[in-house]
Amino acid sequence: MTNRIDTRLADLRKQGRAAFVTFLMAGDPDPATSLAIVEALPEAGADIIEIGMPFTDPMADGPAIQAAGLRALKGGMTLRKTLDLVRGFRAGDDHTPIVLMGYYNPIYIYGVETFLADAKAAGVDGLIIVDLPPEEDEELCLPAMAAGLNFIRLATPTTDDKRLPAVLANTSGFVYYVSITGITGAAAANAARVGEAVARIKRHTRLPVCVGFGIRTPDAARDIAGAADGAVVGTALVEALAKSLDAGSRATPATVKAVADLTASLAQGVRAAARAAG
Amino acid sequence: MTIQKPNSFRSGPDERGHFGMFGGRFVAETLMPLILDLEKAYAEAKADPAFQREMNGYLKDYVGRPSPLYFAQRLTEHLGGAKIYLKREELNHTGSHKVNNVLGQIMVARRMGKQRIIAETGAGQHGVATATLCARFGLDCVVYMGAVDVARQEPNVIRMEMLGAKVVPVQSGTRTLKDAMNEALRDWVTNVHDTFYCIGTVAGPHPYPMMVRDFQSIIGVETRAQMQEAEGRLPDSLIACIGGGSNAMGLFHPFLDDPSVEIFGVEAAGHGLDKLHAASLTGGRPGVLHGNRTYLLMDADGQIQDAHSISAGLDYPGIGPEHSWLHETGRVTYLSATDEEALSAFQLLSRLEGIIPALESAHAIARVIDLAPKRPKDHLMVVNLSGRGDKDVPQVGDILKSRKTT
Repeated sequence: MTNRIDTRLADLRKQGRAAFVTFLMAGDPDPATSLAIVEALPEAGADIIEIGMPFTDPMADGPAIQAAGLRALKGGMTLRKTLDLVRGFRAGDDHTPIVLMGYYNPIYIYGVETFLADAKAAGVDGLIIVDLPPEEDEELCLPAMAAGLNFIRLATPTTDDKRLPAVLANTSGFVYYVSITGITGAAAANAARVGEAVARIKRHTRLPVCVGFGIRTPDAARDIAGAADGAVVGTALVEALAKSLDAGSRATPATVKAVADLTASLAQGVRAAARAAG
Repeated sequence: MTIQKPNSFRSGPDERGHFGMFGGRFVAETLMPLILDLEKAYAEAKADPAFQREMNGYLKDYVGRPSPLYFAQRLTEHLGGAKIYLKREELNHTGSHKVNNVLGQIMVARRMGKQRIIAETGAGQHGVATATLCARFGLDCVVYMGAVDVARQEPNVIRMEMLGAKVVPVQSGTRTLKDAMNEALRDWVTNVHDTFYCIGTVAGPHPYPMMVRDFQSIIGVETRAQMQEAEGRLPDSLIACIGGGSNAMGLFHPFLDDPSVEIFGVEAAGHGLDKLHAASLTGGRPGVLHGNRTYLLMDADGQIQDAHSISAGLDYPGIGPEHSWLHETGRVTYLSATDEEALSAFQLLSRLEGIIPALESAHAIARVIDLAPKRPKDHLMVVNLSGRGDKDVPQVGDILKSRKTT
């Protein structure tokens, strides 16, 4: 089945460059600003947009993304409103892939089948659910694939060759390689080691491999983009957003621009990469 | 939903860690390989007589087991009904049942070659037990504790530091036990190569709920033998307090297939079930958090809600998955006790028996106060006195003093 993610990654492959994947939290700091930010991302150079689904207990996230989730929840964000955000974005952009990323409980409480139908209808293309390893595929992964959504799996430095086939078995869209053992925003990724890991994963799959965690600057984005099919940046964008807020954590006239500007400079980094992965 | 009654209540979990629909392994991929390693290491240890022998030696000479089963004569006379026995887990080294589990996990960690141990703690009892055994075996120890709990359980913080552990106050979220667990998971995901996560209760991803239950089951195994010796028969009822539920599971599990034994778990009703509380079974519904599916306190969007209990050890919005299953199958009856009821029970037991219970255990005593009078005098009731109240003396003292002056 062809979908926006496959199409976009195939196009970029033809252009000979890696994808730039951005992550921001839905509803951070409020639903209207969040929509304006997401709408500004494609023009600023984002190829694939990941949108975080806020959760009170984000066990794999560092302080910046934890705070973003809490700001969004404080602003009244819910999973239903996250789908509204995607629908709002889709009204003006039918091409840029949207991937929702987060934790399972809000989806489980929404109801898996209803959620998948509503997400598909809203224009969501894929899901990344941090706390659903292959051992729990029956929960959401298999139903999501049946509903025509990509289920993008995280592979990590601890996912060895013995385990990779299990991790890749029901993965689609792309593989998200977590470049460090750790939480989001913690440490910097080493491009050489990332290159080896990407090569190792590619021995097991033909899916594109995008790399995230620890990429904060245009130079780092360039290095990683040279070693993989895509580079994901989250914490740095979330921090730029946070820095633009007023003392009460409310959006200011500078907020959308702060995120768009950093997106543009990171995108330049990605586009400057010598294409290595293939 | 109709739940089919199983042939045995003691056969769970299945190989994927499920107790009925509860349990499972809902963790980040980074942790999954280690969890599979742990499952294997634990299975090997369990089958190794040398492991059991070594553990039994430490349980006897270091922990001080068996803990007595004590006939609480004055409490029994005061309530005028069932004959009440206290399982004295508070007499264990470190002052609570927590040490039973920590000893087992630390021995598994040593078999796995892990040098660094992390733990979460609410009241600090699990943290103290972990710090103690890390000192005994020369392991590095980091304990995550919500900043609110650091303030209200200061004696335990001092103890952990004296034992050489590093106590990290957790400032995120509600700054209590669930946030300490989040932070411990973040540490684990970061330091997975050399770190063993010593979970303090019968929750978390498989195999933790099973493994912790197995290590705590010594409470029920001893109680069976001791009651046999004292009265020549099984007890008629069991009562224990429940946060995550490890002391309760340890007492209950060996009796689950004895239908004549009534079993009661007591959750923390905090300010009241219509206000802030920590009674996940009474006030929650099934969801997924901290590696397992279980009953949780949450809002309509699946966001986890703040729990509240006067007792830091019960202040958690979830419960072990096996309890969720025992609740749905109806084998165990889950009740609750408020902060006020626990405070009264705390004082009653102190004055009648000369035993100051932990505020956690006082929740179980609070329900004994209504259940015992309704039972005949030949009814044998066992209460798990899971911990001693020394750690709570400053907090309870302040509360009582403030009432006298106002």
